[in-house]
Amino acid sequence: MMRQAPRRAADYGPIAFPAAMLLLFFAVPFGLMIAVSFFQRVEGGFYEPAFVWSNYARFLSVFFGRVLSFSMLLAAGVAVLSVALAFPFTYLLTRLRRRTQVLWLVFLLSVLSLSEVIIGFAWATLLSANAGLTNLLVMLGLMDAPTSLSPGLGAVLVGIVYQAFPYTVLVLYPALSRLDPTLMEAARTLGSSPLKGFFTVVVPALRNSIVATLIMVFVFALGCYLLPQLLGRPQHWTLSVLITDQALFQANMPFAAAMAVFLVLVSLGLVGLSLLVGKKENAA
Amino acid sequence: MSAYLNRLFLSAVALFLALPLIVVAGVSINAKKALTFPPQGFSLGWYAEIVTDHGWRDALTASLLVATLSAALAVLVAFPLAWFLWRYHAPWAKLVHALGLMPFVLPPVITALGLLGFWTTAGFFGEAWTVVVSHGIFFVTLPLVTVTLGFSAIEPTLVEAAATMGADDRTVLRTVVVPLIRPYVVSGFAFAFVLSLNEYIISYMTVGFTMETLPVKIFNALRYGYTPTMAAIAVLFVAVAALVFGLIARFGDLPKLLGAWSAEDR
Amino acid sequence: MSGLALDGLTKRYGSFTALQPTHLTIPHGQFVCLLGPSGCGKTTLLRMVAGLDSPTEGRILLDGTDITHKPAHQRNFGMVFQSLALFPHLTVGENIAYPLRIRGVPKADQGREVDRLLGLVRLPGVADRAVSQLSGGQRQRIAIARALALSPKLFLLDEPLSALDAKLREAMQIELKLLQERLGITTIVVTHDQREAMTMADLVVVMSQGRVRQAASPIDVYRRPADSFVADFIGMTNLLNGHVSAGSLAVEGGALAVPGLPASGPATISVRPEELRVHREGAGPNRLPGTVSFIRDLGSHVEMRIDVAGREMIAVATPQDRPMVEPGQRVGVELPPTSCVVLPS
Repeated sequence: MMRQAPRRAADYGPIAFPAAMLLLFFAVPFGLMIAVSFFQRVEGGFYEPAFVWSNYARFLSVFFGRVLSFSMLLAAGVAVLSVALAFPFTYLLTRLRRRTQVLWLVFLLSVLSLSEVIIGFAWATLLSANAGLTNLLVMLGLMDAPTSLSPGLGAVLVGIVYQAFPYTVLVLYPALSRLDPTLMEAARTLGSSPLKGFFTVVVPALRNSIVATLIMVFVFALGCYLLPQLLGRPQHWTLSVLITDQALFQANMPFAAAMAVFLVLVSLGLVGLSLLVGKKENAA
Repeated sequence: MSAYLNRLFLSAVALFLALPLIVVAGVSINAKKALTFPPQGFSLGWYAEIVTDHGWRDALTASLLVATLSAALAVLVAFPLAWFLWRYHAPWAKLVHALGLMPFVLPPVITALGLLGFWTTAGFFGEAWTVVVSHGIFFVTLPLVTVTLGFSAIEPTLVEAAATMGADDRTVLRTVVVPLIRPYVVSGFAFAFVLSLNEYIISYMTVGFTMETLPVKIFNALRYGYTPTMAAIAVLFVAVAALVFGLIARFGDLPKLLGAWSAEDR
Repeated sequence: MSGLALDGLTKRYGSFTALQPTHLTIPHGQFVCLLGPSGCGKTTLLRMVAGLDSPTEGRILLDGTDITHKPAHQRNFGMVFQSLALFPHLTVGENIAYPLRIRGVPKADQGREVDRLLGLVRLPGVADRAVSQLSGGQRQRIAIARALALSPKLFLLDEPLSALDAKLREAMQIELKLLQERLGITTIVVTHDQREAMTMADLVVVMSQGRVRQAASPIDVYRRPADSFVADFIGMTNLLNGHVSAGSLAVEGGALAVPGLPASGPATISVRPEELRVHREGAGPNRLPGTVSFIRDLGSHVEMRIDVAGREMIAVATPQDRPMVEPGQRVGVELPPTSCVVLPS
């Protein structure tokens, strides 16, 4: 097929609508947000055009520093746990029969699409004193009385890993399903046990995919805003929660926008990094 | 031994993923309006309440309407863009494509905040249709990815063959491209539909104060205490998602759609 | 002028020239094979004739009309692709009827035409099947039937048989040739298989490195190759370089009498393996002494590799005239003067 540059004005017709929609409803709001991050807040919940750095200057507070470092640590923890769990899982998944794989994928997609609200509610229930796991342990005689495991840091972590797990699997799935199965067979004929082969052949072969996935899950976890509220205490709130809170309840759009811009820069930087890592793997 | 361990690991993951859903399903059939597990008694009353209770029914209707319309909008934006990128050689159009991928890469709170500021400034804040547009743009990534994948899966010689047999651009689109790309369009729509149904923060930030979608309603209800109807809704959502993705798997090639080579490609 | 004419047709991609300026005339009713190794420009040439690529320079004329810039969908040529390009979402019958359907031919006429074309490729009654239910050879026939649905002026095929196994490929070559003769349709086939070209073509166009090396009948291409590339590419051959002196060609190991030598200077000759005579005695007219290095008996013929003054020569004999020689034996290789073709240097 001849793919050539569009020649007549009418050739541009099909792309006009998508381009206009994306510019108007994504690029413009985005630009507006950047602009607002430099605006001056006015008492009463509004803001006026200005060019001040004061919204960014507020980052230099102890409170903000604590929220930011907690968000980062939480996201890092989620990324490591999810990939550690999802990588061997995805490897096994891609070695299953096709029909079984499809069933798993449907299940994973169903969990992936679940609202944070529902995940939060489900885990809150599962970790509660009246309807939770601990009742099971009491029934088995392993505990004296059911206790509540939520809210708490553990609950937040488990909830976000639960949400991130299907996403992690789907990011890893293409790379692992394209991995040449004879690599592992070759390792076996050369004397590796399956476990040893996995760590000496599969993991190193996909090292860059693993790094790229870690970064992507990190960004994903950074975006969590409901689970820390539903499963955690106020000290477990993340930057995303803070942004929502400032925008809607403290009515401080400029500060919320400044934090959002900061989050964008961090996310885009990391996504760029993961693309770079991914590209290196394709080139290799 | 090793096969046994593998199966054990897979089962543990399955349990981890299923456990919260099982508990919620158990809670949803509880006869009493209390959060207890294992369930005491059996009742489907909480499911009935989704339809009989005004608040829940309105939220369900709103969510379904928003999901349908915004998924349709997402496809309408994604399809011509993907077609243009496939048909023409135009490097600058890749920028538009990148713009279409952005909403999904960034933390959702950013898109939500941007749209909040935008609708406020434009003077439409709180109007019901704004959430349709917002979701349509936010989820455009999904049909864009699936439809682009669909186009790249069309063998170029099929188009050339059609051309040698007398088909012009428009005829090729109608008789070859659209039939071949249909499963990808449908999956793109389905992905956007299911995720829109479950989306919270954008709905909340754009129309949260004037209209309740289901996730918003659940979150609001959670603040005022527990009702088993929430559990019933959660089960309903899982069922809808499983149904939709099951249908995609039935009529399309799910592994290929998710980026694996199909058997013939090897 | 009746037929297809290429007038200085050229294709360049940046600094790379896929096809050097090419002039070629193909009268109607001819079966032409474009033959050459991969990357020689043969597919590029075919695609430009089909209108799927646009030439950088030059013109394509059909019956005197310039069609260089006519889009593919207005040319009404039939084309069979290497991948066959059968539409997976259509049945066999719908595939064949495709060019008729998009022209608004009534349904009943479409059905009649599909039946006629399926009869033509000897696959009646498969119209309602899915393409995936057919074997490779059957799909091949469907692709041919579909390309013929419009009774095109030109029938173009790009490596059409390459996906088939050797036996089926041979059978299809013969069938395709018979079909072409019956329809009298001007046909151009791209192939890298010289046996295929020899089987089917009236005119073989040998190409390499974007250039036409020779365009001639199959037997001429074989017996009178235009240059050493053609001699080497078509079948097996022995190429000998030497110097002309005193009316004969001095090569390593001896002097040969060859008709048609230039008066002086260097010259190259080509001799086909089946023309060589291997004798147990080294001396004799037009003989070069050598040592047998390897013999393989392929049943239908015997192939001998002989080391002649450090160069390997190949001789082929039928089982009946097989010379009684063994590996390691010293022999004389005779090059009959009339079988030596002098190649332009």
